[in-house]
Amino acid sequence: MTGDALLDVRGLRVGVVGAGRSPGPELVRGVDLRLCRGEVLGLVGESGAGKTLTALALLGLCPPGVEVSGSVRLLGRELVGLPVRELARVRGRHIAMVFQDALTAFTPVQRVGDQIGEVLRIHQRPRPGRESALRAAIELLDTVGVPEPDRAARSYPHQLSGGMRQRAMIAMAMAGRPDVIVADEPTSALDVTVQAQVLQALATARRATGAALLLVSHDLGVVAGTADRVAVMYGGRIVESAGTDALFARPRMPYTMGLIGSVPRVDGEAPPAPVPGEPPAVGDIGPGCAFAPRCPLAEQSCRARLPELTGDGGHFVACHRADEAAMRGSVELFPPSGYRKPPEKGAEPEPVLRIAGLAKSFPAPRGFGQWSPWRGRTNTAQHVVPALESVDLEVRRGETLGLVGESGAGKSTTLLEVISLAAPRTGTIEILGQDTSSLSRDAARRLRGAVQLVPQDPMSSLDPRMPVGDIVAEPLWVQRMPADRVAARVAEVLRLVGLGPDDMSACPHRFSGGQRQRIAIARALAARPQLLLLDEPLSALDVSVGAGILDLLRRLREGPGPSCLFVSHDLAVVRHIADRVAVMHAGRVVETGEVKEVFERPAHPYTRALLDAVSVPDPALQRTRTTVVLRGDPPAAGEHMTGCRFRTRCPVFASLRREQQKRCEREIPATLKTAVGGGRSVACHFPLTHPRDGSGQDSFPVAG
Amino acid sequence: MLALLAKRLTNCLVLLLASTFLCYLISSVALDPRAYFEDRTPRPAAAVVDARLAELGLDRGTPVTERFGHWAWRALHGDLGRTLDGTSVNAEFGRRVGVTARLLIVGTVVGTVLGVLAGVWAAVRRGGLPDRALTLFSFVVLSVPPFVLGLLLQAGALTVNDAAGRTVIRYTGERTPGFEGGPASQLGDAAVHLALPTISVALGAIAAYSRYQRGATLDVLASDHLRTAQAKGLTPGRALLRHGLRTSLIPLTAFFSFGFLTLFTGAVFTEKIYGWHGMGSWFIESVQRGDVNAAMAVEVFSAALVLLAGLVADLLHGALDPRVRYA
Repeated sequence: MTGDALLDVRGLRVGVVGAGRSPGPELVRGVDLRLCRGEVLGLVGESGAGKTLTALALLGLCPPGVEVSGSVRLLGRELVGLPVRELARVRGRHIAMVFQDALTAFTPVQRVGDQIGEVLRIHQRPRPGRESALRAAIELLDTVGVPEPDRAARSYPHQLSGGMRQRAMIAMAMAGRPDVIVADEPTSALDVTVQAQVLQALATARRATGAALLLVSHDLGVVAGTADRVAVMYGGRIVESAGTDALFARPRMPYTMGLIGSVPRVDGEAPPAPVPGEPPAVGDIGPGCAFAPRCPLAEQSCRARLPELTGDGGHFVACHRADEAAMRGSVELFPPSGYRKPPEKGAEPEPVLRIAGLAKSFPAPRGFGQWSPWRGRTNTAQHVVPALESVDLEVRRGETLGLVGESGAGKSTTLLEVISLAAPRTGTIEILGQDTSSLSRDAARRLRGAVQLVPQDPMSSLDPRMPVGDIVAEPLWVQRMPADRVAARVAEVLRLVGLGPDDMSACPHRFSGGQRQRIAIARALAARPQLLLLDEPLSALDVSVGAGILDLLRRLREGPGPSCLFVSHDLAVVRHIADRVAVMHAGRVVETGEVKEVFERPAHPYTRALLDAVSVPDPALQRTRTTVVLRGDPPAAGEHMTGCRFRTRCPVFASLRREQQKRCEREIPATLKTAVGGGRSVACHFPLTHPRDGSGQDSFPVAG
Repeated sequence: MLALLAKRLTNCLVLLLASTFLCYLISSVALDPRAYFEDRTPRPAAAVVDARLAELGLDRGTPVTERFGHWAWRALHGDLGRTLDGTSVNAEFGRRVGVTARLLIVGTVVGTVLGVLAGVWAAVRRGGLPDRALTLFSFVVLSVPPFVLGLLLQAGALTVNDAAGRTVIRYTGERTPGFEGGPASQLGDAAVHLALPTISVALGAIAAYSRYQRGATLDVLASDHLRTAQAKGLTPGRALLRHGLRTSLIPLTAFFSFGFLTLFTGAVFTEKIYGWHGMGSWFIESVQRGDVNAAMAVEVFSAALVLLAGLVADLLHGALDPRVRYA
């Protein structure tokens, strides 16, 4: 490879310091990376692949208890084994890091501007004063696009929104004008709309400093749109690395193929193809290829011998069967599951869940400690945060409704209001024709069997001391089912979700994340519910594992399964699971309709913006998409506003004439059936009309 | 802000009033001042004792609420009554607080500062020799009763004095009786007397605070923001000092404020062993004698300090942590 390598990593190993003489398991097992000036290298992989540890090892920031060996050369200088004092002089000035969670990565008790300015005060000589460092910090914040930079600089980290914090983190990384910026999952905890802003801030930082970027991410879409080259990690090693276009177009390692194929695409009908099995646990990797147990092409040599990373023309693969894999292609190796959509049931079926005018507010958050002299114990009207303003929803028999929106839009609150089976303060919830405000104790118990929940985090939602069989049987006991039928039903649902009868006596800790989510689904299905509520069931899982769960959920719908309310922030997932979709914004449903209709012809500007912000694992397409589609942040909880809640960020609003804007400022748009078709309703004064050209590139039309 | 503080103070006053009344109730039931007079030789006549008790406001003939009202009214005007000996409680109180403060303040301050530093040190060197030594030290100091520790220190001082052949370290009283000299040598004399009690108080404080600070520092050491500080180019030590110390002190503010304010209510054993007549010993003596007025002074003072400590803890917390100030 030509070009001067800024950063040259060879044989990097990170291992746990073992007890006594035996070495502990290795987490990073020989990584080679090269980063040239001005280049963006994407490092992708699933959790446990060793991406973050690799990134930390570059700066010598690995947590205590691990040992780093191998070579990390920055500007020709070896960093591994450098004394901390020397290392400190390199960090921040030559190599800087953007951490994943900006809230915990900033010191909570110091102002953001001071923390950014500190980089200058550490490295610049003559040492700038506090005031001039702060001024420089304000300038940096302005560069990365933080609105009102001087106010942000004087704020404490918790006072900024997530997107602003992450941009401030980027400003801090670029403060020392480093040669290399390492960004560890810089967008993973953010809403898609904010994600685009942060990626743009990263690009700005790169332009301003000329730094090369190592972008660590599990999100193939983000990497596709940003990186020049991509390295794929699995089981602590690089398994494939190539130019971004080549890697996505012609992957040669079966794992890369499976990974790309398992990403649900927001822009296509083809369902994601699951990769069987799960990523290996730490220390559970044999002498051969770590992917061999999941690989459809694996043979004896794969299990016995570690494949070297070899290749030509900038495309490197660590696979014994790369040629075979390239020939067979990803569709053949990981076939999408054969799934048939159930036949249409004729006329519009009756609703199993009907929510009308549901509103809910929470008392304003009070910090820790029950009392503080800085904030009183008062709990009057202005200390109430509305989470739901007015929600109208309908889930019909046999269908899956996807509920999407940014964090804080009220998706989970809606779900919790339904599952509580209590009378809401405002509005009505009708489940299977029964109003929850007038339920008797007995009716409520029976209804509980009919409405089941699959929670978000399978790690914390299963009782760690309960055998899986009991976990799944519990809803049946509550429904007072006779013991012999319980046992039969438990075995039946476990088989349905792909678990064996032997698993019944084991406790949850024996299972991986994906298996636990299967257990949670089995528990929810046990009592043959008529309404299944799924709260972000894939968000805690890796892509390749999540694809398996998505596949399971899709197969469940082939039979006469329950109706589902599927809450997700991930529009791509919803596209592949839901029949209809409801888009929530600031406590209201702003658009509903058939999935295909809404995704291809969004009528609400917010829906459109959400869809445009979702990244797709296709470099050519993604590069044209990563423009900031929305300015600003999602409305903060408790912000008081008249008229349409979306108008401050709305691109349509900005293009309206003044007298039209007044309407948006004064009236909250009512939910109307529109002429767009497909049983669609939209809450917008100026919905988008679609002179569709099919390219997906049409700009926001200026409503007349 | 000021309004909130005023509201909080009002709450405190109500609580103080309630606790004062309860203290008075318990004291006047449990303590028997009559016995103090009747035990005298020659035994005074009953009428004389009655008159004396009535004069002190301790006559059991009047209902306790009335006695309390009477006492509280005078206390509100700054008069805490008289002790059984007839001296002013106010004067005695002032003297005793001074003694206790002089005895304990240096030890507490030194102990707290050293305890925090030792805790940070132990956390940084976790599992190393300093950490294990400090753990052992804390374990020994906290498990040995304070008076044993005091006696051991005195024995140690005796050895030093014997070895030196003269009295280097004095271990009783506040001053050498009849000591003459200028201000400088007076101060020296006071320091010689203060050495042992200061050490004994400081040892206890170091033992306790170092444990808390060690735990708090370990939490901070594992935190993301300390890693960020190092990624910016700070050495681990500087990162801990600039970004970790303040956050680690936040959970300890309550300990500190209670530790500092309750200091004034005295350390019974320390005072007794070193022969200082401070608040702690005064309280014990008052209870033994059945001196309701003197005991009440100490009790009200303690209650006020505990309430104040809560307030100070909140203010400290707010001062250290902007997340509490600006929610």
